[in-house]
Amino acid sequence: MLENVTLDVCPGEFVAVLGHNGSGKSTLAKHFNAILLPSSGTVYVGGIDTKEEDRLYDIRQTAGMVFQNPDNQLVATIVEEDVAFALENLGVPPEEIRRRVDESLKAVGMYDYREHSPHQLSGGQKQRIAIAGIIAMRPKCIVLDEPTAMLDPQGRREVLRTIRQLGSQFGITVVLITHYMDEAAQCDRVVVVDNGKIILDGQPRQVFSHVERLKSVGLDVPQVTELAWLLRRDGYQLPDDILFEEECVQAIEKLLEEHHVSH
Amino acid sequence: MSVIKTEHLTHTYSQGTSYEKAAVSDVSLEIGRGEMIGVIGHTGSGKSTLIQHFNGLLRPTQGKIYVDGEDIWEKPKEIRRIRFKVGLVFQYPEYQLFEDTVYKDIAFGPRNMGLSEEEIDQRVREAALFVGLKPHQMEKSPFELSGGQKRRVAIAGVIAMNPEVLILDEPTAGLDPKGRDRILGQILAYHKEQKNTILLVSHSMEDVAKYTEKVLVMNHSRVAMFDQVEKVFSRSREIEAMGLAVPQVSRVFLSLSEKGWPVPSNIYTVEQAKNALEQVLSGGGGVHA
Amino acid sequence: MLKDITIGQYFPGRSVLHRLDPRMKILLTIGYIVMLFTVSNPLGLCVGIVFLIFSYAISGIPPRMITKSLKPVIPIIIFTTVLNMFFVQGDPLFDWWIFHISRQGLLTAVVMTIRIVCLIAGTSLLTYTTSPITLTDGLERLMKPLKRVRFPVHELSMMMTIALRFIPTLIEETDKIMSAQKARGADLESGGIMQRARALVPILIPLFVSAFRRADELALAMECRCYRGDVGRTRMKQLHYSWQDGVAAAVTAACIGAVIAVNLFAPVIF
Repeated sequence: MLENVTLDVCPGEFVAVLGHNGSGKSTLAKHFNAILLPSSGTVYVGGIDTKEEDRLYDIRQTAGMVFQNPDNQLVATIVEEDVAFALENLGVPPEEIRRRVDESLKAVGMYDYREHSPHQLSGGQKQRIAIAGIIAMRPKCIVLDEPTAMLDPQGRREVLRTIRQLGSQFGITVVLITHYMDEAAQCDRVVVVDNGKIILDGQPRQVFSHVERLKSVGLDVPQVTELAWLLRRDGYQLPDDILFEEECVQAIEKLLEEHHVSH
Repeated sequence: MSVIKTEHLTHTYSQGTSYEKAAVSDVSLEIGRGEMIGVIGHTGSGKSTLIQHFNGLLRPTQGKIYVDGEDIWEKPKEIRRIRFKVGLVFQYPEYQLFEDTVYKDIAFGPRNMGLSEEEIDQRVREAALFVGLKPHQMEKSPFELSGGQKRRVAIAGVIAMNPEVLILDEPTAGLDPKGRDRILGQILAYHKEQKNTILLVSHSMEDVAKYTEKVLVMNHSRVAMFDQVEKVFSRSREIEAMGLAVPQVSRVFLSLSEKGWPVPSNIYTVEQAKNALEQVLSGGGGVHA
Repeated sequence: MLKDITIGQYFPGRSVLHRLDPRMKILLTIGYIVMLFTVSNPLGLCVGIVFLIFSYAISGIPPRMITKSLKPVIPIIIFTTVLNMFFVQGDPLFDWWIFHISRQGLLTAVVMTIRIVCLIAGTSLLTYTTSPITLTDGLERLMKPLKRVRFPVHELSMMMTIALRFIPTLIEETDKIMSAQKARGADLESGGIMQRARALVPILIPLFVSAFRRADELALAMECRCYRGDVGRTRMKQLHYSWQDGVAAAVTAACIGAVIAVNLFAPVIF
């Protein structure tokens, strides 16, 4: 499934792993907290070799994992009890659990829902509870395996906002596995996986400038990036690293002015 | 004549209790034969409840629905007949697969219709072809297939019933761009060949813009808009205000036209955007897409 | 719609009974049941009835809930009543053909009926005032000593918790699958027993497949959150007995004491 992958994620980074279904991106993610072990090669998590069996719980505490289906990762019938689950397993004293649970629920903006039952919540809210359950462990890194694939646009926005906060407010390293290019565009770094190999790795602007390459492996680029690329191909002068709307509007305005199109 | 028509259709959940909630209120619309319609609206806007009325899975608490001019709840005992006319593919339809082979699963619908074996066989093979399933996959267990393939089997199971109207509730949920384009492409090809009516429910304005001719926008359990795609997109700001995501290029062109540039404001695909801009740039300014 | 069904019979509230420690409530319920069946005198039975009415009154549970909880056991009540009435031997009150009703039989029937009604209403009060999860928690802690004899207390309560968590999810899922198969023309409403049973296959198989998939994913998610059974586990919520638990225990003990006293000093009637 994976072949000769060398990847170094630095502390505090916000990395997107982009690839289509079956590209090997989820397999890669499962190596980050010792769900899977490499058949050859080594994975280090916070300096620990994932093959060290007796440090399994250290590894899982260092790199927390959030999965795709929000329903299938909540254990308890009450929100706050679910967030406490990992801490209870780790034998944290009750007062400390209480403190961390409240803190985590506030961090994901779900504190007011602490006494609700998960089935009363929307998909996006459930996913934020799952995230709270992980950050309560105080991990250095959080790996999210397609956390928004089953959500509606509203839920996707909520979850993405929460994920971005994790990095900026708490300094947690974030690895976001996704096939949505608009999510990847918001990261510091994008790693594109195809056929079990890393084919592109860099800042979003660099990666998305490879429009043809991305399309050939079945991925999208942001519409504005594609528009600029099409126009450039027809001989118009536009920058090749447009990612966001405002940039596109400005670039087109400049182009219109240069061609003496009047308001 | 319209194939589906509703008159003041209203559906209230838990009527008469304190949980009472109108999921659809006072919807009157007509869907013409052979139309390809996109249905959008955020979660809870009533779109899922509305489409489940079209094939009689839900019964309106008030109002009427006509399929082929016939009031479908006139004879409630014959409601199954309506379900053969109006096929509905649910969200994540792969979770409904149950037979031990792909072939048998696709045949479930036609068999329920009481068709002859030859007829069933022909329909199953046709439907499999439409969704791009290979003959050697027909004898496999549906549970061995990949996620995208399972979904296509499930869609084929409804297509095989040969419905006059096919409704798909978010057929691309959870798929990657490749899988999404593939399924939507097949649905479009099916529509072009069969000339039947298709309703495509989606969260994605991009998909709706790319594949459909008319758009039905649901908001707060009512019909907010029901018009040609270009006309709906000329009201992009209103759509955004409903909390729906408008395609990136639409927003770019809206901003440009609001700033006074002579560009059309109802652009919704990258191709249109490129053509419109090139026309303006080459001096043919002000022409609408 | 299926998802409107509520699980358990919990009635959220803030009454004293709601706030009692679940362990205490379980123990008191057991005490009450024992009391009901040691009663041997109408006076004692009255104590039991008054105690029950008093408990319902302070719980804020509407009295019509008593009748609701009794509905499923009506056949049992009728059965035991008939059995006692006709088959207990004693001084004849009524004699016709093969039917003989004795004074003792009638008395036993009446007493048994009262006992069963009180029993059901009393245990229902426990579930009305305690959420399933709290109840599970209370049971786990009460049964803790059984761990020494290797009884899987923690595992059972974890199973219970997960079941409670997933019942609404699976009910909703059943609803969706049923709609999907109906849309494919499945006929779930007509035909004989065999036909109806066969019509369930397209619903049960997807439901099981999905339940297994969920179980698989949940197990993985639990492992990722460092779950390893009961090893070194702590709990966020600790249960504490409060003064209210003490009062409740004292009141119940007084009632049991009264019943015992009545049994000892008043004539044994039944």
